[in-house]
Parts: sequence; C-alpha cells; structure tokens
Amino acid sequence: MGWAGKILRVNLTAGTVKSEPLNMEWAQRYLGSRGLGTKYLMEEIDPRVDPLSPDNKLLFATGPLTGTMASTGGRYTVITKGALTGAIACSNSGGFFGNELKNAGWDMIIVEGRAASPVYLHVENQTARLLPADDLWGTSVWHTEEAIKAKHHDPQIRIASIGVAGEKGVKYACVVNDLHRAAGRSGVGTVMGSKNLKAIAVRGTLGVRIKDFDAFFRATEAAKAVLAGNAVTGQGLPAYGTQVLMNVINESGAMPTRNHRDIQFEGAHKISAEAMAEKRPTDGKANLARNGACFGCTIACGRISQIDRTHFSVKDKPQYWGASGGLEYEAAWALGSNTGVDDLEALTYANFICNEQGMDPISFGATVSAAMELFEIGAITTRETGGIELRFGSAEALVKLAELTGKGEGFGAEIGLGSRLLTAKYGHPDLHMGVKGQEFPAYDSRGIQGMGLTYATSNRGACHLRSYTVASEILGIPEKTDPLATDGKAGLVKAFQDATAAFDSAGICIFTSFAWTLQDVAPQVDAACEGDWTVEKMLEVGERIWNLERQFNLAAGLTAKDDTLPKRLLKEAAKTGPATGRVNDLGKMLPEYYALRGWSPDGVPSNETLARLAL
Amino acid sequence: MHYVVLGAGPAGVVAAETLRTADRAGTITLVGGEPEPPYSRMAIPYFLTGKIPAEGTHLRKAPGYYDTLGIGFRQGTAEGLDTDAKRIAFADGSHLHYDRLLIATGARPVRPPIAGLERKAVHHCWTLEDARNIVTLAEPGSHVVLMGAGFIGCIVLEALAMRGVNLTVVEMGDRMVPRMMNPTAGTMIRKWCETKGVRVLTSTRIKSLQSVAAEKSRGIFGFLRRKEAPRDSDTIDVELDTGEMLAAHLVVVCAGVKPNTDFLEGSGIRTDGGILVDRYMRTSANDVYAAGDVARGYDFSTKGHDVHAIQPTASEHGRIAALNMAGHNVQYNGSLQMNVLDTLGLISSSFGLWDGVEGGEAVEVVDHDAYRYLCLQFKDDVLVGGTAIGMTQHIGCLRGLIQAGTRLGPWKERLRRDPMRIMDAYVAHSQMA
Amino acid sequence: MQRSLNIDPGKCTGCRQCEMACSYENEKVFNPSKSRIRVFTFDAEARFVPYTCTQCAEAWCMRACPVDAIRINLGTGAKEIHNDVCVGCKVCTIACPFGTVNYNADTGKVMKCDLCEGDPACAKACPTAAITYVDANWTGLDKMRMWAAKTDSAMTAN
Repeated sequence: MGWAGKILRVNLTAGTVKSEPLNMEWAQRYLGSRGLGTKYLMEEIDPRVDPLSPDNKLLFATGPLTGTMASTGGRYTVITKGALTGAIACSNSGGFFGNELKNAGWDMIIVEGRAASPVYLHVENQTARLLPADDLWGTSVWHTEEAIKAKHHDPQIRIASIGVAGEKGVKYACVVNDLHRAAGRSGVGTVMGSKNLKAIAVRGTLGVRIKDFDAFFRATEAAKAVLAGNAVTGQGLPAYGTQVLMNVINESGAMPTRNHRDIQFEGAHKISAEAMAEKRPTDGKANLARNGACFGCTIACGRISQIDRTHFSVKDKPQYWGASGGLEYEAAWALGSNTGVDDLEALTYANFICNEQGMDPISFGATVSAAMELFEIGAITTRETGGIELRFGSAEALVKLAELTGKGEGFGAEIGLGSRLLTAKYGHPDLHMGVKGQEFPAYDSRGIQGMGLTYATSNRGACHLRSYTVASEILGIPEKTDPLATDGKAGLVKAFQDATAAFDSAGICIFTSFAWTLQDVAPQVDAACEGDWTVEKMLEVGERIWNLERQFNLAAGLTAKDDTLPKRLLKEAAKTGPATGRVNDLGKMLPEYYALRGWSPDGVPSNETLARLAL
Repeated sequence: MHYVVLGAGPAGVVAAETLRTADRAGTITLVGGEPEPPYSRMAIPYFLTGKIPAEGTHLRKAPGYYDTLGIGFRQGTAEGLDTDAKRIAFADGSHLHYDRLLIATGARPVRPPIAGLERKAVHHCWTLEDARNIVTLAEPGSHVVLMGAGFIGCIVLEALAMRGVNLTVVEMGDRMVPRMMNPTAGTMIRKWCETKGVRVLTSTRIKSLQSVAAEKSRGIFGFLRRKEAPRDSDTIDVELDTGEMLAAHLVVVCAGVKPNTDFLEGSGIRTDGGILVDRYMRTSANDVYAAGDVARGYDFSTKGHDVHAIQPTASEHGRIAALNMAGHNVQYNGSLQMNVLDTLGLISSSFGLWDGVEGGEAVEVVDHDAYRYLCLQFKDDVLVGGTAIGMTQHIGCLRGLIQAGTRLGPWKERLRRDPMRIMDAYVAHSQMA
Repeated sequence: MQRSLNIDPGKCTGCRQCEMACSYENEKVFNPSKSRIRVFTFDAEARFVPYTCTQCAEAWCMRACPVDAIRINLGTGAKEIHNDVCVGCKVCTIACPFGTVNYNADTGKVMKCDLCEGDPACAKACPTAAITYVDANWTGLDKMRMWAAKTDSAMTAN
C-alpha cells in the first residue's frame, strides 16, 4: 500500500526487462523516490564510475504518495551519477509521467547498461518492451512525444524523453516529460543519452492503493486546506508562479546579474510575473496564457505562455506560436538577468527551446552568461563563437545559442560543456559560477547568506531545492531570519535539508513546504503506507538520506574542498542594494554545519552519526 | 382511442411507454408474438453464457410493470391486417380492432435453402426458446458449427466460445462481419478469433447437413475426410463446398434476417425489404405506423430509407412513432447505421458511412499486433463514418460528431496525423467553441 | 430542486483531483483511467476541459439499454448503471453521442457518471471550483445542452 511493491529492471546492454519486488525493508528506511532511489544506486554502482559509462545506472523513482489524492502527489525523481557534476544526481519532476508510472504498477525503473543503438522503453502496465528508436533519434522532445503517442495509437501515453541536447552530450541535458516538465538538473538527460535511451513511454491503468482511505482522506483534505489558506501556495504561486520572486529578490539585492558581477538587475521589472501578465501592445495578449497544474496539484503554479507572433525569435516559426511551458523564476533569471537580457519574449522562446530539446535553462543561461563575460574580457571572440556577438544583454545571441546548444551545433557545443569546463577551457575557471560543477540558481548568496551554505553543501552541486532558506531569510517561512546574518544558518540549512529530503522522498512537491511542515506530510504518508510514519521518523529518514548522499559523494572522490563557493562570492563585495559591501561568509557557517551534522572537520560523517542513522 | 402496438421488442415497448406518457387516457394494447414477457434479443447471448437468467433478458424488470402503466399485454401472432376495417387477425382466429396501430413486428431469421436444415440439432439463435435449445446442446467440449459470421453470428460466436465448445464458423462472405466491418477490420477480428481457438472459414458455403449414418453410407473415403470426428450418435456432418466434412453436435444458423411482413400481404401497406415509412414513421395506410427492425426508417447519412437493426434505432423509432400516433407532430431526423461487437474480448464498432463516400477521405491507423484500429471517413471536414477496434473509451463521440455534422476545421489535419485524438477533437468543438 | 454538475473550463488547472476522487468513489482505487470524469488538455490552446455526462434529457444510453440496466435516480435525475443488471453489451457506449459511457473490460460492465447519489466526489475534490454541483436551472450547461440539441436526432417539431 502506498508503494506498488515492484521495480522494473531494464538492462539496455542485454536488451532485457524484468520485474522485481521492491525491497520493503529499504522502503521503511528511505521512504521512496529520492531516498529509496539513492539507496538502490548506492548499493548497485561504484560511485567512482564514469557517469557516461554503461556502468552508471539511471533510476526513475516514484514515491508512496505519487498517484494518490495527496496534493502534488504526481512526482518522480531521476537518480544517477550526474554528468554535469560527478556527484549524486537526483532531479525531481512533476507533470503526469510519475503518476502514470505508478498507475502502471511500478515504484521504480532501474536502467542499466547501454543499448547498441537507440531504443525507447514502452511500458503498458505490467508489460515492458524495448523498441527501436532510430527514427526518434535526432528529434526533439516535442516530436518524440507526438510520434510515440501516434505510433502506439494512444494519446494518453505519458512520456519522459531526451531531446537532441541529451543525445549530443550537452552536460546539463534534462529528462523532459509532458512537453514541459523536467527532471532538470545535473545532466540526468545526458546520462540517459549516453545509454542510447531516447524515451520511456508509459500507460498505466492499474490504479494506486493506500492503507487507510478514511485516514488518508482526512489527512489530505486537511493538508489541502492548509495550502489553500496560505498566502504563497493559495494565492501567490497560482497567480504569479515562482516568478512572484523576481521583484522581491531583486529588491533584496540577491539577484545575480551578468554572471554574478552585479546583484540587482535593472531590467527585472520587464521580465517579472507582473510583466508576463501585462497585455502586449502588439497583439493585445499577455505572455502568460494561464496557470496549469501538475498531476494532483492544488497549487497550480505552472506557467503556460504564448510568444508574441511578431517577435523576431518566432515570426517565421509557427510551430512556436501555440502556448507551452512558460518562464518559471529560475529560468527567467538564468536566461534573463544573468545574461542581462530583458526581452521577455526572447526569454520565453529560449525557455521553449530548452523544453523542446531537453536542457536545463539554469545551467544553460548561466553558461551563456559565463561565455558573455569571457567574450567581454576577450578570452573568446567571434572566431570562437562562429560570428555571434556574445554581449551581455543581447537577446539575439541568447536565442541563437539556445537553438545551437539544443542541437549541440557550432558554438552551442561549447556552451553545452557547462560553465565549469567552458571557463577552464578558455583559462578563466574562476568565472564558473557554481558548486561541484553545477551552476547556481537565482539567489546570490551575498544577499542571502544561508544560501551560500546551502549551495556549498548541496549534495548535487549548487541548488536551491535542497534547502530553500530563501523561505525563511526573505519570505519569513516558517519564521523570518536576517538574510545578511550568518548566525543560526547552519542549523537552518540542516533542518531544511533533512525536511526537504523527506518531502522529496514522499513523492510530493517541495513547493508544498511553503505551507506544509512535516506535521502536515507525516499523517498523509502514515495513512498511505505501512509503518508508523511520525514526524520524527520522517525527519530521521530525511537525515539518513542526506548522509547517504554524502557518502556517495565521498566515495565518488569528492571532499570537503568541494564544499565551497567561487572566489567572486567569497571575495568580491556586492555593489548595490541591502547587501552592499558584503561577501558570503561561508567560512563562518561551514564548520558549525559539519559539527551539527555529526561530521568531522573534513566533512566526513562520524561513525557515531552513521551508527545513529543505521547507515 | 385504442392504440395497438404489434410487437413487444424494444420498439414496441418504448412506443407503448411513450404513448402512455403522451396520452394518459388512451387504451394501449401491446401484443407479443412469443410466449414470453417483452424481452430483448440483444441480451440472448448473455443468457447463453449464463451471465443472466432468462428474466435478465426482459426489457422491463419491475413486477407488474405494464399493468402499472395501464398497458395491456397479450400474446398473438398476426396473420392479417385490414386497414379499412382497422382490424388485425391473429393465428388463433381472434381479432383486434385499433384506432391507431404500430407495427413493430421485427424480423425473423432467414432459412437458407440447404438440405438438412430441419435436423434436430440445428437451431437459429433468435428467440429465447432457440437459446434454451442451444444451451442444452452446447456443452463444453462439444463440436459446434456456426453458419454465418455476420453481426448476429459474431455475437452468438462469443457466447458459444465462452461456453467452451469447439467452434467452427463458416461464412460465405470474404471476411467476418462484412456488413459492419471493412476488410482490414474484418480480417483483424478473424485473426483475433483464430488466436482464441475459433476456426474461421470465410468464402465458404455449407452445402448440406447430413446425419452420421448417411455420411457413413458414403463409404470409407468420405469418412476419412471428416474433421475431428466425435464418435457420437447425435452428430451432424456438415458438408462444405470445399469438400471438407465437419462433424458437429450442434449447428447454429445465423444466415441473416428478414422483416416480419408476411401478414401484411393484401393489406395494401407498401413494403420493400421492410415497411416503407415516412419521417413521421407513417406507413402507406392511414393510422398505421411502423418502427424497429421491420421498418425502413429514415437514414441520417444517406438521406434514404433503410433498416437499421439495432436497439437504439428501434427505441428511437418507437418513441417517434408513438409521439406522432398520439397527435404530436414530430419529424424523425434519421438513424445512424452503427453497431458494437465483442468477439471474445475484442471490441469493435462502426458508425454511419464507415465504408466512405465518394469524394470523401479516409484516415486510418492499424496496429495488427495490438489489435487496434481506427478508420475515420470524412466528407470535406465533416466526419461521416468510422470503424474502431480495441477502443472502449468515449467511442460514442463518433456518433456525436457524425450526427451533429461538426465541421472539424483545423482538427481535420490533426486527426490526419493522429486519428486517435478524435475525442479531443470532439471535446474541442463541443466545449471550447 | 435538482442539481447538475456545472463545469467551467476557464477555472480548471488540469490537476486531475476530480479523476482520482471519481475513481476512488467508484472503484476504491486511485485510477484516473477508471474515472467517469476526464480532463482533456489542449496544450497549444492552454485549455483544460473536464468532461463528463450531463445527464441529458434524451437519455440515449438508457433508451439503448436492452435489459433495463440504466435507470433514472428520481432524487438526482442521474441516469445510473445498475451493475447487477448490466450485461456489458456496450450498445449504450455507441448510443451516447457525447462519448460519456465507457466500457470497463475489468468488470465486463459499462460505467458513467451517476452524480454520486447527489454528492459528486469530483466537485468536492476540485480545488478551483471549476466543477460545482449547482441548481440545474441556473447552470452554464446551456452550452452543452445546445450541443445536445444539435445531436438530437429526433426532436425537430414542426
């Protein structure tokens, strides 16, 4: 109950598929999705493996609440060793794929090996087949979804696939499902591409069962009421999406701009949620068509946008005239303020291309911004860029590079390296704005100190979704802390990290945590699943997962030296806004964090800690 | 006002009910031709498989239903009709006067001119009585030959196969359900049935039915040609035009039906493969109406008249006829040829002009491995017909789109790329217009 | 006063809570494929359209049933499938011009919306009031009814 109890193991090298029972003992200790998937990965691969070798594995894991009436219960996680980072990767996605997989009777798919030629996996309930994908290879996510649905004569099939970016080895390729929802970060799509696996297509009609419906209904109803009554999840996110943050973060002086040289963007108001809702003079329509929900989500933060048909990016391309996944805050920031581009339509187009070809708009935008800085200092010229005038603020350059990178062509192939390899290649590794090879998201840690510790210690490389202390430091959730202070941030980060791991592993969306605490989540899990799922157990599971991920990274060869930030954030003071004069004081927070975690000063979990967590 | 409804199938029963609603004071007599309460032939296959008892086939289930409505029910087989005297003559010598008459006498099975059809273990599958006889003979493991793989044959096929008999189907047409399914679909259904263990012989005729003794007398060679001979005194030998002999405990004849119009001879009511009716369900005689399988009702698709032997059409006929009999003036917009069939779990349906129209356009998807098929027939951007196999969700939308004459506009192109999006097209037009 | 499901696609976010609620109410399992209400998504048009039976006055399904398995609930006006009587002949599935009666191969019966005996689970589960259960005379069902009238093959009184 809650869990389907089954794993689908797919060996691409041998071309075999088989069903296995889920390890229920592990399920009690790692819950599902992120946690349980990581446990399987840890048990099954050598963490030192080359991420793109056949020995790496790729897991698609649902959680026990996936496919239930729990709000946001439609999520799945892709777990692997990240192509971008060489660290543990677990990228979470919404949409409808996760529910379909669960409804087909699977908790998880484990993909092993590498196919000799392109294939896709077709799952229809308990039947799974590997089918040739030669005709899909070289085509986009959007084409792949349409073609597979048509081929199997079923418009209700749900598909997770890679675009050309994943095929061509773009280091931050995503797995995209339902046209515009993505397991976005760390290059999980790159790993999928290296396996010659184009797509997983699922149709599930078996249903999802839970332990105690009456208790479950009470718990989920109560929790939905909490979401509806909360200002962020009940009003802000449905109306404005995550883009509600654009002006807030900019005013807080924590908006990385032009590869983090600046901390506020003068064009923020042109690319904000408010701008998306404004009617365009050209066609009288707003960029934002409406909001949309992922499976089971009662928040519905998703943006669905339409590009101005007269805009230079699409005026001769009617295939982009329809509505599709619009700008979320991180994408608007990465493609916009971080490149200095304030053309909303161009950003929307670049975002469409990221969805269509399957690449992470955060890493893509951040790599473009690093390239723009390289161009500005003369480290690269139009000779390298193939004639592109790669200047900050150039919408044309952004659009062109989105097209090229999505297909791994021209200078796009170099943008596809990610900013760490690109900046190193041209002799300026300090211009890589990220941690463990993964580019920062949209919060400058000089203006939000806790996010510096969040980024430095994030197991999957720089990430806001591992401990979103922005909630506390800016929005006051669950309680307001000073974004410029470092005191108490170690504890705050640890608490967010552990709770987030538990949320992620349940199969729900982390955005619920704007309103929910584990007090809201535990009763839902408890009513769905066997076992006594108290808040304490959820927290313990969260902490166990965090430490397991840490163990993976240590075994992969990462050390405390990798728990750091770029020199720019540690040495170059913010020039404007409330954080003027500040750098990130990571050094004041990190030792305390290690101590709180029960790790050695070198960031290694102590034997006592491991014993306490039964690791 | 005395309304007489001749025939107690769906058309007759719905007509009687509608008359009661439309005219609270009138006298209504419903006449059934069989010694059973009004029942539905559609349900007979489910009686055959044991899914329902005989009562399960009854059209209305509430005790005393017809009495409660003040509908008189009697049994009688009409032998003649005097439209001047407004009088029906019955086989038992009795007569019945009417003020307004509805003829809903349905159809009866055709007996093809084949020697031996009168033998004991040869049955139609048309009435409840037929079904009871079949049940006693179609024991698990027995050998059954089914003559005819038309719509009714296929429905019976399902029921027989589910009883666990060894079944051979002999169809003279080149495919199964030739009047409902195009060659692609008919072939797909055949293949499915064969994988389920049914032997299907198309383009094959039964020449004669003989007794074992008669067959034996033909000597050793004839004996050798027999297929899987059950050594059983009650078997029939079925001789095919291919020369093959099949031994059977039971032969079920589903060789088509014809309307029950014999009793109208001399009545002056015009018939031509069914009673001719106008769009008010009136026959050529005053105060006489016709409905259901006996009537050539208005065909929505062809704008002509035809028999559409299916329950929705029968009940619609009955309703329209009754309203007009009761003095309302209601024109019938016509029925759509349509049918749905379940052959051993493979579900197929066809609608309207499923074979296409001149100057029209067809789009289709065929998946032989998955036994899925959809064919859409268009005239311009309007759907006029369709055939589906393996589709059970939202399938009625085909009827909706055809009968509403919806102009599909840009959706036509989308359907050309992926016909399976037909329900999306329907919802887009009905809910977003 | 009889009530109807009123569906406002403009408010629908496409979350499928209704499908889960419906499938649980009827099948005791979360299984959108068994839901009597279904949300149709039109990506390029940015539209989500929940769709189910309107309990139309013509009652095509009911009149097509050969065994009296579909009857009107006098309290709600819903045309309800009586599973103990349904033989699974599927004629109602082709007779309904709205495509809202589906065959369930697992049970061998057909299924359609029955308004949950006057307390529709879909409406209760809808987080945005895109599905409401309201006074039948008041609703925006007019549009659907107009569509129904177009399909009605019988009632052209003259």
